[in-house]
Amino acid sequence: MFQRIRSLVVKELLATLRDKKARIALIVPPILQLFVFAFAGTQEVTNISLAVFNPDAGRASAELVQRLEASGNFSHIRFVRSTGEMQAAIDRQQVVAGVRFQDDFSARLLGGQSAPVQLILDGRKSNAAQIVQGYVQSVVEQFGRERAAEGRVRLADAAIEPRNWFNPNLIYLWFTVPSLVAMITTLTALNVTSMSVAREREMGTFDQLLVSPLRPLEILAGKALPAFGLALAQATIFLVVAVLVFRIPFRGSPPLLYGALIVFIAAMVGVGLFISSLSATQQQALLGTFTFMVPAMLLSGYASPIENMPAWLQPLTYLNPLRYMMVVVKGVYLKALPAAEVLHQVWPMALIAAATVALATWQFRRRSA
Amino acid sequence: MSDSAVLVEMRGLTKRFGPGRPALDRLDARILGGTITGLAGPDGAGKTTLLRMIAGLLDPTEGELRVLGVDPREDAEEIHARAGYMPQRFGLYEDLSVQQNLDLYADLRGVLGEERRETFGRLLGFTDWARFTDRRAGALSGGMKQKLGLACALISKPELLLLDEPGVGVDPISRRDLWRMVEDLVKDGVGVVWSTAYLDEAEQCETVIVLNEGRPVFCGPPGELTGRVRGRAWAVPVEHGRRRALSKALQSEEVLDGVVQGHRLRLVLRGKARDRWDASEAGLEGKAEAAEPRFEDAFIDALGGPPRGPSRIAEAMRQVPPDDHPVIEAQDLTKRFGDFAATDGVSFTVPRGEIFGLLGPNGAGKSTTFKMLCGLLRPTSGRALVTGLDLEHSGSEARSRLGYMAQKFSLYGDLSVRQNLEFFAGIYGLPRARQKPAVDGMLDVFALRDQADEASGGLPLGFKQRLSMAAALMHEPDVLFLDEPTSGVDPLTRREFWKHINGLVEKGVTVLVTTHFMDEAEYCDRIGLVYRGKLIALGPPDELKAKARTDKNESPTMEDAFIHLVQAWDREQGGDRKEGKP
Repeated sequence: MFQRIRSLVVKELLATLRDKKARIALIVPPILQLFVFAFAGTQEVTNISLAVFNPDAGRASAELVQRLEASGNFSHIRFVRSTGEMQAAIDRQQVVAGVRFQDDFSARLLGGQSAPVQLILDGRKSNAAQIVQGYVQSVVEQFGRERAAEGRVRLADAAIEPRNWFNPNLIYLWFTVPSLVAMITTLTALNVTSMSVAREREMGTFDQLLVSPLRPLEILAGKALPAFGLALAQATIFLVVAVLVFRIPFRGSPPLLYGALIVFIAAMVGVGLFISSLSATQQQALLGTFTFMVPAMLLSGYASPIENMPAWLQPLTYLNPLRYMMVVVKGVYLKALPAAEVLHQVWPMALIAAATVALATWQFRRRSA
Repeated sequence: MSDSAVLVEMRGLTKRFGPGRPALDRLDARILGGTITGLAGPDGAGKTTLLRMIAGLLDPTEGELRVLGVDPREDAEEIHARAGYMPQRFGLYEDLSVQQNLDLYADLRGVLGEERRETFGRLLGFTDWARFTDRRAGALSGGMKQKLGLACALISKPELLLLDEPGVGVDPISRRDLWRMVEDLVKDGVGVVWSTAYLDEAEQCETVIVLNEGRPVFCGPPGELTGRVRGRAWAVPVEHGRRRALSKALQSEEVLDGVVQGHRLRLVLRGKARDRWDASEAGLEGKAEAAEPRFEDAFIDALGGPPRGPSRIAEAMRQVPPDDHPVIEAQDLTKRFGDFAATDGVSFTVPRGEIFGLLGPNGAGKSTTFKMLCGLLRPTSGRALVTGLDLEHSGSEARSRLGYMAQKFSLYGDLSVRQNLEFFAGIYGLPRARQKPAVDGMLDVFALRDQADEASGGLPLGFKQRLSMAAALMHEPDVLFLDEPTSGVDPLTRREFWKHINGLVEKGVTVLVTTHFMDEAEYCDRIGLVYRGKLIALGPPDELKAKARTDKNESPTMEDAFIHLVQAWDREQGGDRKEGKP
């Protein structure tokens, strides 16, 4: 029995690696993903323009504007001469936000009064707007604090000193690259399993397997194991690239991460095999993979935090193995998540894996005999 | 009426795809109006290449070509407008109904109003379409699809009609319908080119162009080629051991080619025509009778005959121990899809060392029955036993006793020849130590050693077939299941294939085969004819042929028998079926 499975695995690997198209499908999308997600998918707010309307001729407002300029958060400061002009700049998306001073800003500060500054944000870009607000706020607060220190203004509020743990410089890549490890294993595990059965059906070799002494379970194992191997190999490549090329320090325990990965891949292989047992052609298999893949990614907490999703949608994410793996991979990688915490994420994945593999087996036996 | 205008003129026509042997090598031929020109040859002979060049879809590399007075390199548009081309897989819209397909093609060709009604009436008259017009085209059987495809191609009447293997995978009855549709056109002066891998089909054409591996073998009326073997075809009755007798006869220097035909051997002799021939010269006992020469005999003669010598594979195989129990048993096999019974209560047994053929029209339940017998489909009721083991309960063990060879030679195209063999050795559980010698043995026996490290997908068809057979025989099975094993293969390779099969059967291997080649059915010891899900006839080929004997046709062919039996069954059942339906 093991010999038969072994032959099947060898054949599967040979077929995948000798077929030029399959080889390309295995190598190109992950690399594309790595670079596209790592660089284009960034949610860091850089390259933003800010409009400033400053009818006040005093020193205080000029200093604050200089501080904004010097903060490095804004690539371009655009000076406008009227509220209308500012509105137009936001409308045309030339700037994400506008800062508007009152014409007595400096005078009020000199008089010891509070002097409000208006910040107008482009709500269409909610994420960028939030971040810009943070940037502007911190500059204004700093300005206020320093003036208070000079004794000119009384400042009652406590100052906030933020410190970002696990990713001290808030480098966005530190967030995306480890997540990509989970993404890429998903893609490979799904692709390899769902396409391989469909390919054999298209070529007519599947019947050949079914009339051989191979039992349906053995065929299933022969299809699943190469997917495990290839998915783990790609995860390893990504981890190595993350550490060596992107220089993101790996803080946790590799065996712990690999243990979780194996459970996760089992869940995905189950899904892949289920898709493959439903599809008659490679095209159908590909469609099936994407039908599953896109929602799985969106509901994983990678693109947007799960807590931000509507309450009715959140329970659905519990069915998504990628959701747990995201926590594990980021946790183990960036903050050495302890084993107990990892286990807490792994058991739901194990449950899902058991369910998907069982479903695939059932469907496979039903269709193949 | 018999307008014999030259429609196509070819001189030195050559097409190359990259280096190596040209796809078509210096063809000189003409195609006349008002005739059917057969374009014969095995797969890969260059038939499709030639048709596509004539249709103006492919530019020739060298040589002259004039189609309907036009050079397709200069004015392909003109040819598209005046000639009809039906590719192997005609572009039917599978999700549209039969009627919607016809309407669509009529709209595209601008056939409207009264003309359209007439055309549809004419086309629908050829077959009993009426009950099918609402059916989805994708749900039609192979033969029906082919007929619908032809009907769509015939909606506007072309001056030249190019048909690429319209008869492939189509049962004899549907093939006769297709033929009638085309003959009707010829009467109106249309020139038809009918390409085919079946030489008996080519024989019916007025002129033929025979290609083999890109080279023209013969151009002219088929009778001229057949005439070359006149007086050289002989039939010898054989009481017992006809397979052994054939292999003996083929070893004789005098015999060029031979096939089994019921309880006779049909031999083609080398050299000149003779008036009398003593079969004892070839070591046979029976009295030789002159036989009508066939086109295929002449084709094989033109190619120099099949390779000689006994089957090495059969020599290398172990002798299957004798056993009185049936090897294959169908017990009241039934398969239902919804309320449609694809196979309905089929029972038969096949003893050890017999070749059993399953024949039947397209969509009659032949494949369903075959699939249940080799464990690819689970029967709704009834049982399928192989070597006494139930495929449902001890499937793996039963399957390890059977070898399977499918129509499309199910190989892993990306794997090399050797890797394919290693894979099959592995999944059939050959012990590690025996795998390498077994693979090497197969490479030698099937003469595949030079190709051992080439990807199997790029091999010529004949090689693929040998490899596929090697893969099926790796584990020395007791039973062989062959699903249209020789479709599209040239006659020489087919002869070689049957030489191996005959040799294996002599060693006690049991064979179950499905085929559309009626002359191949003659190799079978017994034939089961499946129609409308039922086994409507069962017996040795000669017995079935005898049933079709009439005063007009004293020696019916297997094809006559096939059509006779199916139609007789229809007539018998026809009465009570019509009562139920309006």
